Amino acid sequence: MNSVSGTHSVRFQAEPINLKNAQVQKLVKIVLGLMAVTLVIPVALIILTLLQKGSPAISWQFLTTFPSNGMTAGGIFPALLGTVWLVAISLLASVPLGVAAAIYLSEYAPQDHWLTRVINLATINLAGVPSIVHALFGLGAFVAFFRLGTSILAASLTLAVMTLPVVIVASWESLQSVPQAFREACWNMGATRWQTIWHVVLPNALTGILTGIILQVSRAAGETAPIMFTGAAFFLPFLPSGIMDQTMALALHLFTISTQVPGVPEEIPFGVALVLFGIVLVVNAFSIWLRMYLRSKKKW
Amino acid sequence: MNTRSDLSPTGNAAGDIRNQDWYVDKFFQSAMFVCGISAIVFVIGIFIFVFKEGAGFIIQQMDWAEFFLSPKWRPTSATQATYGTLAMVAGTAAVTVISMAIALPFSFGAAIYIAEFAQGRTREWLKVIIEMLAAIPSVVWGFIGLMIMNPLIIESFDVPIGLNVLNAGIILGLMAAPIITSIAEDAFKAVPDTYREAAEALGATKWQVVYKVILPAAKNGLLSAALLGVGRAFGETMAVLMASGHALTIPGSVFDSIRALTATIAAELGETPVGSDHYQALFAIGIFLFTITFIINMTADFIVRGIKNQ
Repeated sequence: MNSVSGTHSVRFQAEPINLKNAQVQKLVKIVLGLMAVTLVIPVALIILTLLQKGSPAISWQFLTTFPSNGMTAGGIFPALLGTVWLVAISLLASVPLGVAAAIYLSEYAPQDHWLTRVINLATINLAGVPSIVHALFGLGAFVAFFRLGTSILAASLTLAVMTLPVVIVASWESLQSVPQAFREACWNMGATRWQTIWHVVLPNALTGILTGIILQVSRAAGETAPIMFTGAAFFLPFLPSGIMDQTMALALHLFTISTQVPGVPEEIPFGVALVLFGIVLVVNAFSIWLRMYLRSKKKW
Repeated sequence: MNTRSDLSPTGNAAGDIRNQDWYVDKFFQSAMFVCGISAIVFVIGIFIFVFKEGAGFIIQQMDWAEFFLSPKWRPTSATQATYGTLAMVAGTAAVTVISMAIALPFSFGAAIYIAEFAQGRTREWLKVIIEMLAAIPSVVWGFIGLMIMNPLIIESFDVPIGLNVLNAGIILGLMAAPIITSIAEDAFKAVPDTYREAAEALGATKWQVVYKVILPAAKNGLLSAALLGVGRAFGETMAVLMASGHALTIPGSVFDSIRALTATIAAELGETPVGSDHYQALFAIGIFLFTITFIINMTADFIVRGIKNQ
C-alpha cells in the first residue's frame, strides 16, 4: 500500500467505509443464518425427545393389541387401523375431486375471468378455515343433514373437505409445469381438449400430483379436531365393521390418553406421539424425495 | 364451409364435428367445471351449515353486547346462563400476539437467509427441515406443550403452572413459522433480479441490497405472510387446547393460563345436547371464527394482488 501511495492508483485501496460494510455484511449473514438454524433446532429436539421417551413403549405387541385397563396399558391397534381407514376414505373423496378441480383451473378456466378469480379465492379461504370450524361443518352437514351419523364416512368426508385445497394447489402447480408446447402439438394432431388432457397433460403431471396427494395423507393422518365430533371415538372395545361405524384414531387417542385419562404411564403417550409423528415424517420424507428425484429427471 | 369440414377430425357431415370424441370432450369439460367450482360450494356450504346450526341462538337468544363484551362464559348455569366471549377473545389475542412476536423475526430472518444468502445444499436442507416443522401434527405440538414445555417453563421461570400464554405462544409461533417463512421467501424471490444487479453495480454489499432494495420491494408480500401466520395461529385448535391451560381469565401476564375461542368449541361440543342454547352458542363462536379468518385471508390476498398489479 505504501509503495503505491505516491501514484494515482490509490482508488482501488480498501477504504475504511468498505471494510466496515464488509464486516456488517459478515455479521448480518451470521445472524440471519442463526435465525434459520433456530427454526431447525426444535425439529431436532422434538425428534430426539420423542425417540428417547417413546421408543421404550414401541413393540410389535404395542402396535397390534387393543388398549387395556381403561387405556392405561396395552397397545394402539384399533387407533392405528382407524387412522388408515379415515385417511384412505378421505383420499377416495378428495383426490378425484381435487385433481378435477385443478384440471378445470389449469386447462379450461379462462384467465382473468371473475369466476376463476372467485374459485382461487375460495380455495385460499378453504385452506385458511380453522380446523374446528371444519368440525362444526362436518357435524352440521354430514352427521346431521345428510344423516350419516357419527361414522367413519362422515369423519372422512370432513377430512376430505379440509384437505381439498392441498390437492387442488399441488395438482394445479404440477399441471402448470407441463409445457404449453405439448398441448399445442397434440391439438395440431386433431385431438380434442379432453384427449389432450388425458393422453398428454395428465401422464406428464402425474408424479407431481402424486407428491401433493402424499402430502395430503400426512396432513389427514395428523388432524384431530375435524374428526372428534364426526366419527372418531375416545375408546371402542371392537374394530369398526364398516364405514358407518365409529372408529378410534391415532391423533385423537394421543389427545385422550394425555389429557382425559389419569394414571397413564408416561411412555405410552410418548409412544403414540412417536408412532404418529413417525408416520407423518416418513410420508413427508418420501414426498420430498420424490420431488427431488422428479426435478433431477425432468427433461424440459 | 368446405375448408372447415377439411379441418375437422372426422368430418362426417359438412362442418359438423359432433362425433363421439366431441361429445366425450363436452362431457368432461362440464364435469371438470362442476368439480372446479367445488371449492366455492364448500366455502358457502361451511358458512350455511355452521350458520344454520347456530341461527336460532343468534337471532332469538343472543345478546350481542353480552356476547362480545362480557367475559363471563357460563353456558351450563341452570339459573342464569351467560354467553360472553370477551375473555376467550382476549386469550386468543394474547396467544396470537406472543406467537407472532416469536415467529415473525425468526421467519423473516430465515427467509432472507434462504432467499438471498444460502446457496446450494445448505438452502435445500434448510427448506426441507423447515417443511418438516410444518408437518408436525397439531396434537403432537399440544402434547409437546403439555409434557415438555410445561415442566420447562415451571422450572425456568419459577411459576406455579407452565400451561399458559407463553407456552401456547411458543408452540403456535413454531407452528406458524414454516408458513410465514415459505411465503416470505416467495415474496423475496418475486423481486426481479435486475433490482439486485442495479444495486450491486452501484457498489452495494449484499446486506445493503437486502436492506435498501429487496425489503422495501417485498414489503407487501411480507405483510401478507404475516397476516396468514396470524390466521394460522388464530385458528389453531388442539395445540392451544392442550398448551394454554384452558382457564377462563383475561390474561394479565404471559404466565397466566387462558382459554382460546377454538379450544372452547373443541372442549365443550362433545358434552352439549344437540340443539341446546349452549350447542348453538358454540356454533355462533364458529361463525365468528370463520368470519375473522375469512377477512384475514381476503386481506392477505388483496395485498398480494396489489403487488402483481403494480
